[in-house]
Amino acid sequence: MKDKIRIGCGAGFSGDRLDPAVVLVKDGKLDYLVLECLAERTIALAQKRKLQNPAWGYDPLLERRIESLLELLLEQKVKLITNMGAANPLSAADKVIEIAKRKNLSVRVAAVVGDDVLAKLDVAALSLETKQPLSSHGKIVSANAYLGADGILEALKTNADIIITGRVADPSLFIAPMLHELGWAENDFDRMGKGTVLGHLLECAGQVTGGYYADPGKKHVPDMVNLGHPFVDVFADGSGLLGKVNGTGGVINLDTAKEQLLYEVVNPHAYYTPDVIADFTSVKLMQQAKDRVRVTGGSGTTKPDTLKVSVGYQAGYLGEGEITYAGGNAVGRAKLAGEIVRERLRHTFNEIKVDLMGLNAVHGNALHSTEPYEVRLRVAAKTPDAALAARVGEEVEALYTNGPGGGGGVRKYVHEMIGIVSCLMDRNLIKPEVIIKSI
Amino acid sequence: MKLYDIAHSRAGDKGNTLTLSLIPYQEQDYALLCEKITEEKVKQHLGEIVKGKVTRYELPNISSLLFVCEDALNTGVTTSWNMDAHGKTLSYALLEMEI
Repeated sequence: MKDKIRIGCGAGFSGDRLDPAVVLVKDGKLDYLVLECLAERTIALAQKRKLQNPAWGYDPLLERRIESLLELLLEQKVKLITNMGAANPLSAADKVIEIAKRKNLSVRVAAVVGDDVLAKLDVAALSLETKQPLSSHGKIVSANAYLGADGILEALKTNADIIITGRVADPSLFIAPMLHELGWAENDFDRMGKGTVLGHLLECAGQVTGGYYADPGKKHVPDMVNLGHPFVDVFADGSGLLGKVNGTGGVINLDTAKEQLLYEVVNPHAYYTPDVIADFTSVKLMQQAKDRVRVTGGSGTTKPDTLKVSVGYQAGYLGEGEITYAGGNAVGRAKLAGEIVRERLRHTFNEIKVDLMGLNAVHGNALHSTEPYEVRLRVAAKTPDAALAARVGEEVEALYTNGPGGGGGVRKYVHEMIGIVSCLMDRNLIKPEVIIKSI
Repeated sequence: MKLYDIAHSRAGDKGNTLTLSLIPYQEQDYALLCEKITEEKVKQHLGEIVKGKVTRYELPNISSLLFVCEDALNTGVTTSWNMDAHGKTLSYALLEMEI
């Protein structure tokens, strides 16, 4: 057993930048690299791609990420843990094998499956969010349980180089190597609570190294262009030391760590994962050196009897149209344009949203003070029908010759919506399974 | 003085729930924030944005507050028709509060 391991996080969402992970593997002296690429909705979209073609359904950037990393990972002996399997971890593993073959490399890949629980789903169960039966929201297209660290741990024991999962709780991607390397028992909830704090701090990658933090003149982040992604040294007692590769851009300080610690937390006394119910309120942070923050405290009690299941359903279409007005009475003309479109679409949609971007589109009407020089009208409406959704943009575009003077820069969009609701499922019904592929 | 002058914030989303951290630049301002920035104050300030309950959590070990705002994201990121469906910009709405 080791007394310390180093885990880097080279992606915090599906569309994250590719280069920082390469820098981490090359110069970070990592033991493990985690790539977290699976948001709530991403897996439902992936399920849809899998329906089109049974070989699809893994992360669209998987190929590019693996292409850029595979050789380095093997050379530096860094193990990769990623949820880029999305709706299809097996095909993702096949793809990695295919890339390895092309590059003449030898690799052992473990796919962790078992999160797809669509066949076991009780569609009459009530949604946690809406308290309505799951089936009442729309046609259900996916149901994926959040797996914990156990499946990944089993995969690590097979000595796999790369572990690809589908839906796994984000902190569990980090807890698995801690359990594997630091000798923690699977019921050592206190240390898993501490480890969950560290996983949570890392899981959004650049969000703890100064990404999503900078505010010029107020919150300074040096060399954001080359923002480095983080790693954490995890010690056997569950404490950690955050860091990033020397020479990369960004900053790790108490403020970046605090913002990330509380990010998306709905109850800091009880942060639920499949592995542990963690308490974040006892966490302490200390700036140990430049870009090094020491993390101590945090705790955990037990693990939940149920696992959260994300259920994707067809939620219809969102139609949008935008047009810009600028100069004298820009706001007046944009308001008139909005009224015209609203009236023209009144019989097509029950509800229409009209925003003035630059004035009230994201914070509402209460907070703004002065009128902007430029303003962009945005009209949006929801409908089950794709053709009807397109009417929104059509009417906005028609303002060119049928609306107020001086409107320009029309854009129109139709966006298919996959909604997500959740329910809980008895964890005994959900069994992770590990499948090995090697070359 | 606005909250913006003495504190920073990051917004997060979980379903239809918005989370807003509130972190003073100077740790000694934490007591002031605890005193002034109550659940009622935040609910009132965010007005039409937050339709549900606001719960405040105190984290004295990191001198920070966390506001959990229910029914704030127009059904949530996957089905919202809001321009900013995640509510990511709302951290700076909180910081507009006069204190």
